[in-house]
Amino acid sequence: MTAQVITVTSGKGGVGKTTAVANLAVALASNGSRVVCIDGDIGLRNLDVILGLENRIVYDIVDVIEGRCRLKQAMIKDKRLPNLHLIPAAQTRDKNAVSASDMTRLTKDLRAECDFILIDSPAGIERGFKNAIAPADRVLVVTNPEVSAVRDADRVIGILEAEDKGPGALIINRLNPSLVRRQEMLSADDVLDLLAIELIGIVPEDEGVLIGSNRGAPVALDPKSKAGEAFRNIARRLKGEEVPFLDLESGSSLWERIQKLAGRR
Amino acid sequence: MSFLDKLFGKKNSADSAKERLQLVLIHDRTDLTPAELESLRDDLIATVSRHVEIDVTAMQFGMEHDGRTQRLVADIPIKSAARRRASSSRKPKAR
Ligand SMILES: Nc1ncnc2c1ncn2[C@@H]1O[C@H](COP(=O)(O)OP(=O)(O)OP(=O)(O)O)[C@@H](O)[C@H]1O
Ligand SMILES: [Mg+2]
Repeated sequence: MTAQVITVTSGKGGVGKTTAVANLAVALASNGSRVVCIDGDIGLRNLDVILGLENRIVYDIVDVIEGRCRLKQAMIKDKRLPNLHLIPAAQTRDKNAVSASDMTRLTKDLRAECDFILIDSPAGIERGFKNAIAPADRVLVVTNPEVSAVRDADRVIGILEAEDKGPGALIINRLNPSLVRRQEMLSADDVLDLLAIELIGIVPEDEGVLIGSNRGAPVALDPKSKAGEAFRNIARRLKGEEVPFLDLESGSSLWERIQKLAGRR
Repeated sequence: MSFLDKLFGKKNSADSAKERLQLVLIHDRTDLTPAELESLRDDLIATVSRHVEIDVTAMQFGMEHDGRTQRLVADIPIKSAARRRASSSRKPKAR
């Protein structure tokens, strides 16, 4: 078996790429897959802190590419999940230290060793993004139900199509169900209608994401978290399982349930 | 969305977002500005009019999308030959 390379990208910054990579990584690894994450955001390293692995970094991706260490030495093993590894980004270098062919070579060496290679792309459509998608077998595009994030996602999808990477699959992150019900936020259907690509997950806005990142423990490790459940479902879909989408948009508060019973909705 | 907003027919912000995005995405995907689209429409009218007489007022012209493919759709009613003959018989023949 050779690994599948999955790149997570978005166009717009801050929509949840790193959050998605960290959560998918722990969810896949919890289910027994061997996972290697690569932080492709050179100069703005973050995946290490979100995964809680920042204290164990010795070498980074540029050290591997420039031959200062072996690939294995730059792979940090997660103490919670022994089949999860991280190759951190270089913090003090700029993105020109890595090329698309470096990324392809690196993943080629890793493919035999694991089941999934997850690459966290930087925001934008420049070199760092191009490097991150170069080795991808599959691209996940993260967006928020918000005009600028959807517009940027559309740009990225257009570039993916032009580069023959397929249109990608969509993760709609930070959906706020009560705003959607009040029609003050684009619904998942609206976003899908606009972008017209395959949907792979809808993740609700969840304060647990912030709390998890404070602790270095992604929400997918918390069995009670809704966002965690959404990420675990995406991980199962990546493994080819058919998992129904969470019903986030129908009324769930007590007041809304009463209104529903009274036939007001 | 408050009751008063609804009463005065103010649109939900989600609807505005979707409508605005629909227009923005057309222009992003096709690289055509609204002004360029307008001039394309004028060129099309001029070209078709050289061959047949058309009813510009009833014409439909715009972008539609089919998945991620943008489609330029023009529906141009042609004035009937009988009406054309009737109106041209009053003028001297062009040829
Ligand atoms: N589902 C969610 N609910 C609540 N907060 C979230 C959710 N997803 C992400 N966030 C928050 O949004 C912020 C940005 O997330 P993240 O760093 O993952 O984005 P990014 O796309 O990787 O950003 P960048 O483009 O800077 O790399 C973080 O503060 C994170 O905690
Ligand atoms: Mg990030």
